[in-house]
Amino acid sequence: MLYYLTKRLGLSALVIGLVVLVLFSLLYFIPGDPATIALGPRATEEAIARYAEKMHLDEPVWRQFLIYIGNALTGDLGLDVFSDRPVTAIILERIGFTLSLVGVGMGWAVLLGIPLGCLAAVRPNSWLDRVTGILSVGTIAVPSFLVSIWALLIFAVHLRWLPAIGAGEPGQVGDQLIHLILPAFAIGLSWVGYLARMVRASMLEVMGENYIRSARAFGLRPRRVIFGYALRVAILPTITLIGMGFGGMISSTVFAEIIFARPGLGKLIFDAVMARNFPIVQGAVLVATGLYVLVVLFSDTLIAWFDPRVRESL
Amino acid sequence: MSENRSESETGILAVDVSGLSDHVTDAETRESAARERREKLRMFLTNWQGLTGLILVAVFFASAIFAPWLAPYDPNALDVPARLSGPTLDHLAGTDQLGRDTLSRILFGGRVALKIAAIGVSVALTVGLILGMIAGFGPRWLDSLLLLVFDTVRSFPTIVLALATVALTGPSLAVVLAIVIITSIPQYARVARTATLTLRNTDFILAERSLGASMTRTLLHHVMPNVVGPLLILAAMDVPVVVTVEAGLSFLGLGVTPPTASWGTILNEGYLVIRDAPWMVIAGGIPLILTTLGFTFLGEALRDIFDPRMGKGR
Repeated sequence: MLYYLTKRLGLSALVIGLVVLVLFSLLYFIPGDPATIALGPRATEEAIARYAEKMHLDEPVWRQFLIYIGNALTGDLGLDVFSDRPVTAIILERIGFTLSLVGVGMGWAVLLGIPLGCLAAVRPNSWLDRVTGILSVGTIAVPSFLVSIWALLIFAVHLRWLPAIGAGEPGQVGDQLIHLILPAFAIGLSWVGYLARMVRASMLEVMGENYIRSARAFGLRPRRVIFGYALRVAILPTITLIGMGFGGMISSTVFAEIIFARPGLGKLIFDAVMARNFPIVQGAVLVATGLYVLVVLFSDTLIAWFDPRVRESL
Repeated sequence: MSENRSESETGILAVDVSGLSDHVTDAETRESAARERREKLRMFLTNWQGLTGLILVAVFFASAIFAPWLAPYDPNALDVPARLSGPTLDHLAGTDQLGRDTLSRILFGGRVALKIAAIGVSVALTVGLILGMIAGFGPRWLDSLLLLVFDTVRSFPTIVLALATVALTGPSLAVVLAIVIITSIPQYARVARTATLTLRNTDFILAERSLGASMTRTLLHHVMPNVVGPLLILAAMDVPVVVTVEAGLSFLGLGVTPPTASWGTILNEGYLVIRDAPWMVIAGGIPLILTTLGFTFLGEALRDIFDPRMGKGR
């Protein structure tokens, strides 16, 4: 287990390193002065000079890269071009909005999708199974940013049940929760379909196994067999799916945050792109990718912990 | 078997190569192959999902190709007095803030989607196929290296990568295309690699190799025909992703540049006037959903028919 963990950790570090390299080299593939590109056309002379000094632009590129990595490791992601505040502090301010959105969005999808998949698998070809099947394909096919726009149109603009934009008044939990409903609904919807499908497929497979038959033969209650025995094994591919799909989740979060004007990491990146505020883009993209790699690492470790066969294979 | 057998297919090895016992004649083989084809066609024609998908895909192709003849107006013709008109007999899907006919813009937007999907998917498939076969057939270290690259590319959340790139290059269709291709390659390559690995030690490939065929010849003539099938099914499932990425980026104003009509830009312009002209985001979203739904249905039906293992339990 320890060997597996070390190997996975090494791989994740390598992936993050490569991502930084890509982000970094993007700056240098573009013709022109790196400082002007990084800071944008609106940056002042002093800002450019300061940036050139701070980023060690007179040094060779590979040293600049190492310096950036070294700074990033100590939590220093550079300064915001316009406000001169540390990028790290800005990201920390915003990241909570993203994490709560992802958590609630994924949470409701898991709470609805997994039981739906189980029920569909327990009674294959029943009306519930058919409805689940159609619902899954339907929700998977609708792009999440379209769900966001249409949810905004129906529930906020037309029916006026829920607020359209913002994240709610700071400090007022109730208000913040109300502002979470629509974006969380939008990013979770397609996951209900994914999860229900995945759980149903692997449940059907597991339900045919001998040990399930034995458990039944021993007279255990069906509910116990399904949730205690079958789901335990059937959930494994689903955990991988959640881990792998987290990248897509980040993408849909970016859209949801922009559409509902929620001040999270995605909105931060988008606004920075629009203003060509590259230190922010670089830092926030790095943090977003780091988050993703961590989630994949966590889900893989969870699987290896559940299933010894996976440990051997890497 | 074909009439003009090449040297490598005759001789003692040919018996092993064909994998058939001696008394099976060519005619019988041909007949059973034809029977299998008929059976597959029958399965497809009785599959309502597959048929619905096929129809939707056909509509998508037809409306995009014949857009100039189908569209009632020039998609970029301004008619400011008729701006933001709701759906009427003159403008079936209403007009936008400049008085342009939404229906015409949707039809022309389909061309952008078709262009991106056709170029993006075919380039990604070709490159992925080649890289995957090389990874599966080449030396071990190359395989590990390519796998690492695929994993790195995949761990980059698409939209975030797109945002970072556009921050530097500015919005353009070429950037969208490049992003779509780069992020799609790994999945094709992975499938091609796995299929190549299983083929690598089969008798007919070993026979070909032992007769001194070059690696290029083996890959092109013997591995590729066996690998390309699953990739084509994957391609059908990839079209929705590609079309969604284009629409999403254009929605953010990072894809096609105005005044070009794309489903994404229609949604973008509609989002800005969502309170006054809800028909724009409705009309802009429907073709997107129908297209993704069509390709998903088609891809899944093909997968269920040609690769029953993959689709087990749906």
